[in-house]
Amino acid sequence: MLIKLLALVVGLLILGIALFALHARKVSVAILGAGAVSLLASVMFLLMAAPDVAMTEAAIGSGLSTIIFFYILNKIRQQNG
Amino acid sequence: MVRYIIVFLLLIGFGAMLYPLVAEFQSPDQLPEVASVYAHEGPQEIGAANLVTAVVVTYRGLDTLGEVTILFLSATIVAFMLKLAQKNRPSRTIRPVSEILQTASKVLTPAIFLLGVYVFIHGHLTPGGGFQGGAILASGFVLMLLAKPDLRWNKTLIHAVESISGFAFVFIGILGMVYAGGFLDNSLLALGTFGTLLSAGVIPLIYLFIGLKVGAELASIVGNLQESQNQIV
Repeated sequence: MLIKLLALVVGLLILGIALFALHARKVSVAILGAGAVSLLASVMFLLMAAPDVAMTEAAIGSGLSTIIFFYILNKIRQQNG
Repeated sequence: MVRYIIVFLLLIGFGAMLYPLVAEFQSPDQLPEVASVYAHEGPQEIGAANLVTAVVVTYRGLDTLGEVTILFLSATIVAFMLKLAQKNRPSRTIRPVSEILQTASKVLTPAIFLLGVYVFIHGHLTPGGGFQGGAILASGFVLMLLAKPDLRWNKTLIHAVESISGFAFVFIGILGMVYAGGFLDNSLLALGTFGTLLSAGVIPLIYLFIGLKVGAELASIVGNLQESQNQIV
């Protein structure tokens, strides 16, 4: 029961942050929002008893891909002057 | 306004299309046939306490080889595309990094590397494995890069680690074909006592190589991006 309630809260948070990331004015804020969605998704996987998937999501989804998005954003900004 | 209505209608139509899938879904009381074989015979057959690892490395080992290959290709393509863009351009001056980040990275980087190695060595006992451990290694490398943006990292070493571990992974698989039941069969070494570090045949060895390979690939992607960012366009 408690786990279901927690999963509901995490799911609503994921939806909220995803909408926030979609409507964010600055691209960097949107990237951070996408990273936060991944982090919460890894919590969700943990609640669904899949720790292996949760570890992958936390390390790759919210860690490395956020960093790579920032590198690419910086590169686009440099090339646009 | 019309655009929003069209998007809304499309979403409703999409939901209606997918609804039958959800409506007919009922969670089964027992495992399907293949899964029940894995769950009941896996512990004796493979000897890995983490059943996910038994499936990923041994029962579905060929799929893992494919995943590693995809990661290798993407790392290669990133390096190739960035190489085209840079030809001995002057490097830009880098803003000094804050002292807090520098000190914290000196304390944390060894601990993160240790955690990554722990995760892939214990892949057959605890949650996690080669991919997760490798990704943790790469995040340690990211922290090093953040603290010291003009870090000169040894490309030859990283490429050597990557190719040697990739070769060793396939080599163990072929040895399994010759001396054991088939490609990537884990009974090449003795299964050992269930639940100890040196158990589950060659799974710890395979995960060691996968971890090193994934870590080296992800680190080289991030390192190449950092290097191209340091140059003036």
